[in-house]
Amino acid sequence: MKVALFATCLVDTMTPTVAHATAALLQRLGQEVVVPPTQACCGQMHVNTGYRREAVSIVANHVRAFAGAEVIVAPSGSCVASIHHQQAAVARRAGDEALAQAAEELADRTYELSQFLVDVLGVTDVGAYYPHRVTYHPTCHSLRLLRVGDAPLQLLRAVRGLELVELPGAEQCCGFGGTFAVKNADTSTAMLTDKMANVLSTHAEVCTAGDASCLMHIGGGLSRLRAGTRTVHLAEILASTEEAVTPDQRTEPAVTA
Amino acid sequence: MTAVDLGMPGLPTAPRGVGHLRGTQSFPDAARGALRNGQLRANLGHATSTIRGKRAAVVGELPDWEQLRAAGKALKTATMARLDDHLEELERQVTARGGVVHWARDANEANEIVTRLVLATGTSEVVKVKSMATQEIGLNEALEGAGLDVFETDLAELIVQLGEDSPSHILVPAIHKNRAEIREIFARTIPGVDPGLTDDPRQLAMAARAHLRERFLRARVAVSGANFGVAETGTLTVVESEGNGRMCLTLPETLITVMGIEKVVPTWRDLEVFLQLLPRSSTGERMNPYTSTWAGVTPGDGPQEFHLVLLDNGRTAVLADEVGREALHCIRCSACLNVCPVYERAGGHSYGSVYPGPIGAVLSPMLTGVEDNASLPYASSLCGACYDVCPVAIDIPSILVHLRGEHVEAQERPTAEAVAFRGLAKAMSHPRLWHLAQRGARLGRLFSRGRPTLPNALPPPVSGWTRSRDLPTPPAKTFVQQWTEEHRS
Amino acid sequence: MSAREEVLGRIRQALGGEDRTPAPEVVRDYRLTDGRPAGDAELLALLVDRVEDYRATVLCCSPAEVAATVRAALDRGLGTGWAAGDVVVAPGLAAEWRPAGCDVDDERPAVQLAERAASVTAVAVAIAETGTLVLDGSPACGRRALSLLPDCLVCVVTADQVVGSVPEGLARLDPLRPLTMVSGPSATSDIELQRVEGVHGPRTLVVVLVGG
Ligand code: SF4
Repeated sequence: MKVALFATCLVDTMTPTVAHATAALLQRLGQEVVVPPTQACCGQMHVNTGYRREAVSIVANHVRAFAGAEVIVAPSGSCVASIHHQQAAVARRAGDEALAQAAEELADRTYELSQFLVDVLGVTDVGAYYPHRVTYHPTCHSLRLLRVGDAPLQLLRAVRGLELVELPGAEQCCGFGGTFAVKNADTSTAMLTDKMANVLSTHAEVCTAGDASCLMHIGGGLSRLRAGTRTVHLAEILASTEEAVTPDQRTEPAVTA
Repeated sequence: MTAVDLGMPGLPTAPRGVGHLRGTQSFPDAARGALRNGQLRANLGHATSTIRGKRAAVVGELPDWEQLRAAGKALKTATMARLDDHLEELERQVTARGGVVHWARDANEANEIVTRLVLATGTSEVVKVKSMATQEIGLNEALEGAGLDVFETDLAELIVQLGEDSPSHILVPAIHKNRAEIREIFARTIPGVDPGLTDDPRQLAMAARAHLRERFLRARVAVSGANFGVAETGTLTVVESEGNGRMCLTLPETLITVMGIEKVVPTWRDLEVFLQLLPRSSTGERMNPYTSTWAGVTPGDGPQEFHLVLLDNGRTAVLADEVGREALHCIRCSACLNVCPVYERAGGHSYGSVYPGPIGAVLSPMLTGVEDNASLPYASSLCGACYDVCPVAIDIPSILVHLRGEHVEAQERPTAEAVAFRGLAKAMSHPRLWHLAQRGARLGRLFSRGRPTLPNALPPPVSGWTRSRDLPTPPAKTFVQQWTEEHRS
Repeated sequence: MSAREEVLGRIRQALGGEDRTPAPEVVRDYRLTDGRPAGDAELLALLVDRVEDYRATVLCCSPAEVAATVRAALDRGLGTGWAAGDVVVAPGLAAEWRPAGCDVDDERPAVQLAERAASVTAVAVAIAETGTLVLDGSPACGRRALSLLPDCLVCVVTADQVVGSVPEGLARLDPLRPLTMVSGPSATSDIELQRVEGVHGPRTLVVVLVGG
């Protein structure tokens, strides 16, 4: 299959290793990967902050960038959820029915990474090797908007060397919430503190998830506490093998200071 | 700011200066203080996790929960689509069975009607069943202003009233107090209370029983709300636990019920859905201890004078919002509060309204006009837990996002935030500008001076982030840039 | 304009005048019946389980034993030393169920019922799945104050009154009557969201299940 990779604006700018890992993983599984160079953002941050009018041209750019793609994969439950649930609505509200329909068609071909692997390719063992103690945080948008279910856990369970430990209170939000983390920084921090307490109670070396945004939030908090637990995106774990820890995979703590 | 800015031409919102829909502080400011209250955090954490477990267990028992939920949603949607017809039918039926129906445009008018009706009976005391509508309109203050003594009879309401506090939860207004704090309030405020009163919940409940018993027996007027009003039969319904509702609905000569216009349901049969959804979602019981229904006046049984006050107070403004009107479907079960991670930490008082939690964050701003509660739609991480548990499947996250849009679009002059978001939107719509902007972000590398994280002391709004979290230094090259360079053919 | 006209007018305006969105069809694909007929032995067992879960007592008996079981129920609620004058019964309660010498409710002021320790009533229907008894204000169930003010309530339920589900229960009721649905003794969850039985309503509920 020819897979168009949507890196998402955050991964592209802040944690490109996640996108490199996604590409390497998909190629290893025999997929042809293309990266449309004009991609930018799905528009979620604008919509969720109240700038739905401004988001229309962002959606239009996204639809243009991926026009004609056979299937689109992104390493982010949140962005894929926005593509599925928000893009068309925003275009329709602005009176652009053609864009709304184009966005809907594109959404039908857009998958979050773990869903693509398990539901479309039908693989759970991607041949990865990752000799670490890992706990998994099911991010809210993967869990409740996309309903990825246990696809990420199926994938993680099949990773050689990986010891998966259950995260207490897993389904509670980590407190990221986009601009929520800034506009309601105190409440966000209180939620983060409880999430970190649960993560640390597992004594895992690594906390993983399918969303780079939540991981940046949790990882940023753990780093500030000088906790040894680091955050690593699911794609980076799945891309790792015995032969080569992927060239771009960070093996050091996610954020060190 | 008037309702006109909200795209609801001509439909008035709930008036200012009366009732309890507006706080004195923005949500982030109020939450900042509440978050430091360790006792509050512990009380709320304990209570909400208890109820979450109970709810999950009894909801899991019903194989057809999702079908009931879908039916509840459809029933509410269908009711709203013909709300005028159903209210007229309700009025006809209640009147035919000996009740008197009054209409109130807003809180002031409802308070006037109820006060006038109470004064006409010549009594000086009123007993009340917990009701969100009467809290919303500030009825107690209005009655007290007319020289009447008002007694809340629900245990949690009593705790709040005796503690001179305000409610923080839809179902359990004193959820922010633990048993030790409640014992202290009772010991201090109930005349003649047993000095040996302990903090055993059973003893506390008994103290409330003894305190209110005489009041119930001598009460001549009661004021209640209603969970449902059945149009086809004129049957009103109150769902409760303690029996204080039954006391109020049964013993006084006069009963005055204040009901929001959205509480009407078309047929008796519709209750077969809601009486399954509500108790399991609210107290986590298969059925609440007592549900009372009555149609008008029954000779020889219960109050012989019955008044129904139908309240608008901004509800029609909510109805006018095609996205937001779903919030009127709420059956006030409070499940969304109990699962909300923001509510659990910031507490109900942070919302500044009698409607706290996720439903409050959408309902209060719509009842008052978004600009009067502009921080509430942002008081959510959009985690979606509320939508999942809501027994009538109200898509609260989508309404929150919609109201954020309404707020942004109501601004007459551009805010700094708007300028930034517009600039960013422009960049994200034009690949060349976007790549330039990404290069700009990488300028942050200069601040970091080679360290893997940016310094803590970045200027606002980034400081909101860096006060408690590190921010990784952006890498030298973006993924798309590097990939494109490597795959240039 | 009257408030009535104004509120109705606002609703019509909010719904968009003539071209309002039509009401969706309501699909009732939830369980309308339990599948088991009223009085089925499994339903009776379920009712017992659910009522006891509310920390109420259930005493089962045959139709011939009702009077004795009602007395036993009062022993449970009041202790064995009760006197006939402590108990008031619904005026339409079957005469053969009545404990001898007990007072029958009449047109006295309702608050006087608070002086009695216990009341005995029939029910209109019982819903097994939720452990709910419904009293409908008929002579056999009595007026609402009767099942409210005495601190102990004894309800006699016959097997044919026991249905499985909430929809079946409501379908048997007349919404024009004053109804009281009782699920266990009065209770509160207002202190730390923990259930405590016994607040303003009867603190003791004893159910006599006939034919169970
Ligand atoms: S919005 Fe839904 S979950 Fe929240 S109180 Fe209302 S009915 Fe319950």
